[in-house]
Amino acid sequence: MGQEAKNSRYYRSLLRNVVLTILLTAVIPMVAVSMFILNEFRISYEKKVYDHLELLARKHKKNIDIFLEEKLMDIRLLASSNSLEMLTDEATLYRKFLELQRAYGRSFVDLGVVDHQGSQIAYAGPHNLSGANYANSDWFKKAMNSPFFVSDVFKGLRESPHFIIAVQRENNGNPWIIRATVDFAEFNNLVENLRIGQTGFAFILNKSGKFQTSATNDVNSEKLISYLKDSGLLERPSSIFRLENHEGKDLLYSITTLKNGEWVMVFQQEYKEVFADLRNAQKIAVLIILVGTLVIVATALVLSQRLIRRISLADKEKQVADQEKEMMSKQVIETGKLASIGELAAGIAHEINNPVAIMIEEAGWIQDLLEEEEFKQGENLEEFNRALNQIATQGRRCKEITHKLLSFARKTDSRITEISVNELLEEIVYLSSQRTKYGNIEIQTKLAEGLPLISASETEMQQVFLNLVNNAIDAMEKTGGTIWLVSKRVEDEIVVEVADNGPGIAKANLSRIFDPFYTTKPVGKGTGLGLSICYGIIKKIGGDIEAHSVKGEGSTFKVYIPSGRNIHQKAAEKKLEDAKRNHPVLSQNI
Amino acid sequence: MTIAKILLTDDEKPFVDTLMKRLKKRDVEIVAAYNGQEALDRLSEDDSIEVVILDIKMPVMDGMTALKEIKTRHPLVEVIMLTGHATVETGIDGMKEGAFDYLMKPCDMDQLIQKVQEAAARKRKHEQKIMEARVEAITLRRP
Repeated sequence: MGQEAKNSRYYRSLLRNVVLTILLTAVIPMVAVSMFILNEFRISYEKKVYDHLELLARKHKKNIDIFLEEKLMDIRLLASSNSLEMLTDEATLYRKFLELQRAYGRSFVDLGVVDHQGSQIAYAGPHNLSGANYANSDWFKKAMNSPFFVSDVFKGLRESPHFIIAVQRENNGNPWIIRATVDFAEFNNLVENLRIGQTGFAFILNKSGKFQTSATNDVNSEKLISYLKDSGLLERPSSIFRLENHEGKDLLYSITTLKNGEWVMVFQQEYKEVFADLRNAQKIAVLIILVGTLVIVATALVLSQRLIRRISLADKEKQVADQEKEMMSKQVIETGKLASIGELAAGIAHEINNPVAIMIEEAGWIQDLLEEEEFKQGENLEEFNRALNQIATQGRRCKEITHKLLSFARKTDSRITEISVNELLEEIVYLSSQRTKYGNIEIQTKLAEGLPLISASETEMQQVFLNLVNNAIDAMEKTGGTIWLVSKRVEDEIVVEVADNGPGIAKANLSRIFDPFYTTKPVGKGTGLGLSICYGIIKKIGGDIEAHSVKGEGSTFKVYIPSGRNIHQKAAEKKLEDAKRNHPVLSQNI
Repeated sequence: MTIAKILLTDDEKPFVDTLMKRLKKRDVEIVAAYNGQEALDRLSEDDSIEVVILDIKMPVMDGMTALKEIKTRHPLVEVIMLTGHATVETGIDGMKEGAFDYLMKPCDMDQLIQKVQEAAARKRKHEQKIMEARVEAITLRRP
């Protein structure tokens, strides 16, 4: 039991090691390669996204720049191609305004001419702004300092968002300005058209963080501008960065400067939306890796278990083989010992036999001499004869002893006598009674009457039947049962059946039970020689032995013994016939 | 008229001597040898020997070797094997090599005499047959 627990621990640890090795060698490379590929994919995907955003921003920047440039060029053309007198004529100015509106739709809201003091000296447009004074307006101050100017978006006098494009000219040393108001809505559309996904949109801020397009609550413009200023991103024409907004949303920003760095166009989108596809791809990849890992784990477990099962089976086979080998060597030693004793016995028997033979011959010689006339009248002749007979008798006794010794050594044929099978079987019942009593086994006999005697060695026949009965007792020792001993005559043969209702013999073993050293008994219990010796003994006298068994029902051994003739003589005659057949000289002579 | 002329071969001298005396008393003409080689020598010298009684265990040359030699050189001479531990196997082995029969030591005198007579009779019968065959051959050769 302890050994089994040890074995089971050993196989468990072996299984664990094999599984771990397979997992490590299979999963680690797979995970490493997958992670590497995923990372490379992420980098390349991010680069692609950033490039795309940058391209988009540039395209829009170009559109906006073109829009503003175009409007500015129109006003500059208007200023350079018309004198102040012409433009201050409101009818002319209105005509020009209508021309512009025809060309650009409602992009231009109005046109106005402002003198160097900020007074609007002419106006064409929907508002009542003739004579308005812009002296204090921020845009006016700036416009007076440069040949042309595009203002930020502001509400101004009309209380609606707009911006101004102004071109400065001079008349008699006094600067004047022609200004056009650009419709905010149209400009705003340019930027607002830039929408990507659910959360991506664009807006324009000036340097102080004021919206130049529609304001939105999603953006804390001051904070964003201060971040841009602090990080120096405003110095660059374009850049992409990731930032958390005031609501804690993770956002991706793409910024481009417009209007010579005065404005900045910002595109913002939620980071998770930008990379949603990447995230999905990553999820699928992780799922595949997980499934792959699970498959590997399952395969490793199944394969390892099979492997371990095979190893344990092979180990068991080896163990059994080792045990068999050990048993065989034990048996070989036992057999060797027996053989040595046998040789010794045979040697002694032979050595004793010769002097005994001489003694008997000498006694015989004296007996021969006593036959002569001169001794016949002797007084003690009778006594001599008695003594000589006694010597002859005792000599024969010695001979018997030496033969028994030789018989033990199996070096000689056991003495053949006429024996009664039934008597022999009854003796077996008696010999086994002690064992059967304790094993709760009953022996029933059914012996046919009037069986002829058989010529065989009594000890050998006893050995055969005792072996068969002992085997039956061994098989039923724990469970109890019945043994039937049956003798009958079938034609020229006597058949002895030894049957039991024990556990029976497995079909696979049945063909091997007469093989030498084959045993199913526990180690040390059986030598595996019993039945093979029985087989040898029975075959030697020209008989046969066969086994029938049904697993779970019992076994029957049938021994066929030739009767009505001297079987040894028969066997010898048969061999002599063979010898004559194989000996040319003999066959010629006969 | 003797029963037969036999050569008794055994390394046990007292046994040989006594048995010789007993057999002589029963009209058996007998010579002795004390090993296989001696037996072969005797057979070469004396072609009137009809039966050889041969012990199996002997020095110089054992009985089985001697038997093979005898059967090669003198195929008509009959051999009875004699052994201290006569197994059927040993006897059978001897008979395979051409021995007439085998006997176990110590042996019964009557049984021995009987076997010797049978052996001698078979030898004579064989000789008779050969003789007849020769005569027939000579007769046939004549025109």
